[in-house]
Amino acid sequence: MSAITHHIPDAMLAAYAAGNLPHAFAVAVASHVSLCAECRVALEAHQAVGGAVLEDTGAVAVSSSLKDNILAQLDAPFTPEPVYERNGIFPGPVMEAMNGRAPRWKKLGMGVRQDILSADANGSVRLLYIPPRQAVPDHSHNGLELTLVLQGSFSDETGRFGVGDLEIADENLEHTPVADPGEACICLAATDARLRFRALVPRLLQPLFRI
Amino acid sequence: MARRYERTPVSQTETETELSEQTHWMIAVRDNRDRNAFAALFDHFAPRLKGFIIRSGASAHQAEEIVQDVMLTIWRKAAMFDPHRAQVSAWIYQIARNRQIDIARKENRPMPEELKEEPGMEPDASQILAIEQEAGQLKQALATLKPEQREIVEKAYLGELTHQEISAQTGLPLGTIKSRIRLGLERLRHELKDLKQ
Ligand SMILES: [Zn+2]
Repeated sequence: MSAITHHIPDAMLAAYAAGNLPHAFAVAVASHVSLCAECRVALEAHQAVGGAVLEDTGAVAVSSSLKDNILAQLDAPFTPEPVYERNGIFPGPVMEAMNGRAPRWKKLGMGVRQDILSADANGSVRLLYIPPRQAVPDHSHNGLELTLVLQGSFSDETGRFGVGDLEIADENLEHTPVADPGEACICLAATDARLRFRALVPRLLQPLFRI
Repeated sequence: MARRYERTPVSQTETETELSEQTHWMIAVRDNRDRNAFAALFDHFAPRLKGFIIRSGASAHQAEEIVQDVMLTIWRKAAMFDPHRAQVSAWIYQIARNRQIDIARKENRPMPEELKEEPGMEPDASQILAIEQEAGQLKQALATLKPEQREIVEKAYLGELTHQEISAQTGLPLGTIKSRIRLGLERLRHELKDLKQ
């Protein structure tokens, strides 16, 4: 885990602690934190600030029955929320995004595969499988895109990203991520923009034709 | 989860008296399912939670429903409370925000994997105390902020600012956070040393 060099920016962690990140990003952040001790501790620090704010918030009297109501429910049966365990390369939050199933890869061409875990107007979460030495498709973005490496590694103009590393790319970043030689690269990609369902090849040609 | 009850209760350590009431109550709830301690936690936190939740836009009635959910979660998930890594207020803050978000978005908020502790791991009173002292320093740091800076911090942690808006702010007490991060890292490295990854 000490090999992780690309972390979550502080502001994004604060927004995550406060619950104000788009859902797709929250999946990526929770997944990175599951793999990264440094960001876990940083998140705990933000929770401590949140706790200080809570401690300092003006108290508002609760109704007289609330305490007894709650005490009366302490022994009531309840259904615990399901806990998704890490499975191989997939951390718990990714398993949760997959509802506990295995990836369902769809071919995109040139050996690249993807599995869209969720997609709507507020963003998307998907898994990408990139064969060694293959370029990562769809690398121009509408909005912000977070890419978390789960297996293998990729490199682009900004550096090398190995397991646990998180790349944050906005629409201004022009880069060509390429999977490194060796193992296929599997990533979780989260964006806050609507996913454009286009075939891989036209997307790769876009920069050439300035579509 | 049950393995948490197997460890030495923190109250047997010599620094017992230096820990805050809230931490004592929470540990008593966790280790002994102590209802009086839970009632004391309620008396301290329920009115603050209600104020906090109303500040984030809920009605008084909705706020009380959420307070009820949060207090029951504290009771049911007490085994997950680790005073080496979080002060009680921080732990409750996260439970409260999660509950508010789950209700607002009607979906479960993605959460990191929980760390599983070594069974029978001895409590480290000096670390628990250090976490508490950090919390005190954090409170002081907040108190010394200019009112407008303080409002930004409150807004950020009430979930009223986007991450872009937060990163545009310079008034956040990041120095304090940094020392809190160092403290936490030391403990986590210690905890993870023997864990199989
Ligand atoms: Zn990290």
